[in-house]
Amino acid sequence: MPRITYVQSDATSKTCDVPVGKSLMSAAQSNGISGILGECGGQAMCATCHVYVDDNFVDVLPGCAEEESVMLEETAADRRPNSRLSCQIRSSGDLDGLVLHIPSEQLW
Amino acid sequence: MSARRVVIVGAGHAGFHTACFLRSGGWTGGITLIDSAPGMPYQRPPLSKDFLWGKQELEDGIFRPSSYFFDNQIDLIVGRRVLSIDRGLKSLVLEGKFVVEYEHLVIATGSSPRALSVPGANLDGVVSLSTSADAVVLREYVEQARAVVVVGGGFIGLEVASMVVSSGKRAVVLEAADRIMGRALTRRMSEYFERVHRNSGVDLQLATGVSAIEGVAGVVCSVVTTSEERHEADLVVVGIGSSANDCVAADSGLATDRGVLVDTHLRCSDPTVFAIGDCARFPFDRGRGVEMIRLESVQNATDQARYVAQQICGESTEPYVAVPWFWTEQFGRKLQIAGLVDGFDRIEEDARDPDSFSLSCYSGDTLLGVESVNAPRDHIRARRQLHDLLAVGNLH
Repeated sequence: MPRITYVQSDATSKTCDVPVGKSLMSAAQSNGISGILGECGGQAMCATCHVYVDDNFVDVLPGCAEEESVMLEETAADRRPNSRLSCQIRSSGDLDGLVLHIPSEQLW
Repeated sequence: MSARRVVIVGAGHAGFHTACFLRSGGWTGGITLIDSAPGMPYQRPPLSKDFLWGKQELEDGIFRPSSYFFDNQIDLIVGRRVLSIDRGLKSLVLEGKFVVEYEHLVIATGSSPRALSVPGANLDGVVSLSTSADAVVLREYVEQARAVVVVGGGFIGLEVASMVVSSGKRAVVLEAADRIMGRALTRRMSEYFERVHRNSGVDLQLATGVSAIEGVAGVVCSVVTTSEERHEADLVVVGIGSSANDCVAADSGLATDRGVLVDTHLRCSDPTVFAIGDCARFPFDRGRGVEMIRLESVQNATDQARYVAQQICGESTEPYVAVPWFWTEQFGRKLQIAGLVDGFDRIEEDARDPDSFSLSCYSGDTLLGVESVNAPRDHIRARRQLHDLLAVGNLH
């Protein structure tokens, strides 16, 4: 099963097995990882599941749909080139070893 | 002596998030989250969307696993109804004669679907959709069904119709009013979605109610309309709106009027009690006098939960203000609404193509709300703009 690591803004981290197909927002919640709110339930409507993707994986991930890209302009923490909404990324074999950095702020 | 404890009645979006925000906001006292339904608290929107389409299962829709509640010392009591609230003693009695004391009480009891009051409404195969238990039943019925009649052209009914027709079954939608989603949308947007549904194969009948549902051996077989047409049906989905679950509040002497009445700080007529989410009727000021409104949405539940948690933690004294937003998806069209559009006198349309456009609704020069179809950029810009308007208004 793909292993995904979530790193908090204080540098503590947790690595989880995430079933293929499950969103990385939902996986964070199932594994008790704080800092990923996902208030809208994964509809790309609230931008509270913002993560920074480790540079090695930016090109491996499928690209952003317009909906996600637009919401990323509204994140509480700075948008960077490696910003994504974790609700829009689904676990897959290609993502094994992925590291996600959680920003300190999710709400504006 | 009352315990330093927040008791939250109802573990839907409003209740769950109150518990969640209290803990993350630094509340060190006890938190008890109570729901009459058994099982782990879960999200509602997927029930008429991804769950119904078979793209996710119920366990994918829970807010958090049980370890979250344990780790955050949130006492979760599910499968027990609150029988009464004694505001003098600051305590609640639950089913099984359980007594829970509170320092702060948050009523987040949600809403329940209105029942259809016509002959045959209790037949097997007549369902509504509110809880996960309803969703399981609906999904099973939909798999077997060939001919579905949806009573009520609101968001849920139309999402169901969209799913049913997309999976190759017949769907008739009966709407008593002269347009669909009339409570929430401009007529122009209603008419756009009427065309979408009809072009996609939905038999949409406006200004048409139900006079009876007929069955054979206790199982539904047809629906008779107020225009005396008979539609064959092996499944009838009733989505004719919801009413606030305000009985337990009313029984305890709190003021209610089709919802639990709250002030600008979401406090009830007893200020030690808050009411939030679907069950609460709160003051909303769009710059032309205060209206008392009740909203059924994830945004409303979550924003009110955050606000109440901040107040209990002692962080907020400003009145509650938030931009309402909603969404629905039907036949591949994502409709997003920011603000409340009713009461507009002017619409500005911004269209990229026939299926990607926005309608901005104004009263004079004041922007009230924006409806966007497959135009997420317009939607988010409108949310930002309305947010700024409210923030400015709040300074006066």
